[in-house]
Amino acid sequence: MDQFMDRKNYTHRNPNPNYTPNYNSMQSLRFIQALARINRAAPKPTTPSRRTKQIRRAAYASMAYTSGSRHNWSRALLIRLRQRQRLRSLRLLTVRRRVRIVTPAMSRPEEPARAETLRRLVPGGKSMEYCNLLEETADYMQCLRSQVQLMQSLVDAFSS
Amino acid sequence: MSSRRSRISEDEINELVSKLQSLLPESRRRGSNRSSATKLLKETCNYIKSLQQEVDDLSDRLSDLMAGMDNNSVQADIIRSLLSS
Repeated sequence: MDQFMDRKNYTHRNPNPNYTPNYNSMQSLRFIQALARINRAAPKPTTPSRRTKQIRRAAYASMAYTSGSRHNWSRALLIRLRQRQRLRSLRLLTVRRRVRIVTPAMSRPEEPARAETLRRLVPGGKSMEYCNLLEETADYMQCLRSQVQLMQSLVDAFSS
Repeated sequence: MSSRRSRISEDEINELVSKLQSLLPESRRRGSNRSSATKLLKETCNYIKSLQQEVDDLSDRLSDLMAGMDNNSVQADIIRSLLSS
């Protein structure tokens, strides 16, 4: 467990990482700045669904930028976000699907079942070695969880 | 030689699998010592899916809450929430 903590360079150490809220302050700051931008940039009425999507994108972006290039999943997520950014700015209506050469599940008999589902859930999971996939999953899960805790705190703060 | 290598990486994999298990919340850990890798992966997938769903739901709620605010109060609330957590 210590290895995970050291690698992430948390600015505050948490003695019990599994059970206490522990969002990385960089991650919080990025997300909150993004929220402020979203809030400022809407002088004309934005549809609620559009704003929801912007917030959701900001959530994943702050996760990805905070982990940066240190992990495969964050790299994959950054690439995905930037591609979509480019598509939006060009105002293309069709969604371009990248042709990905995926090793079919059949050729990975040594993996347990469900590894395929996991590969789909974790960004960049399709091309990873099984060992890497497990590490990346753990990291992605922790990051997701801290993002959820952060957003929940904000919702609580704004609702009171 | 090759069998020795596969045994080492199998240990690594078991270690990673048990680390994953320790990251799951209590309610999702069943039969903690004897979960098969498949069950654990299934729980992990479910957990990740539920987390992603929560991000969607919370984005929606944040969107509603932010709609009812003017610019100045958002900054104040944000700072307040950061300081109190």
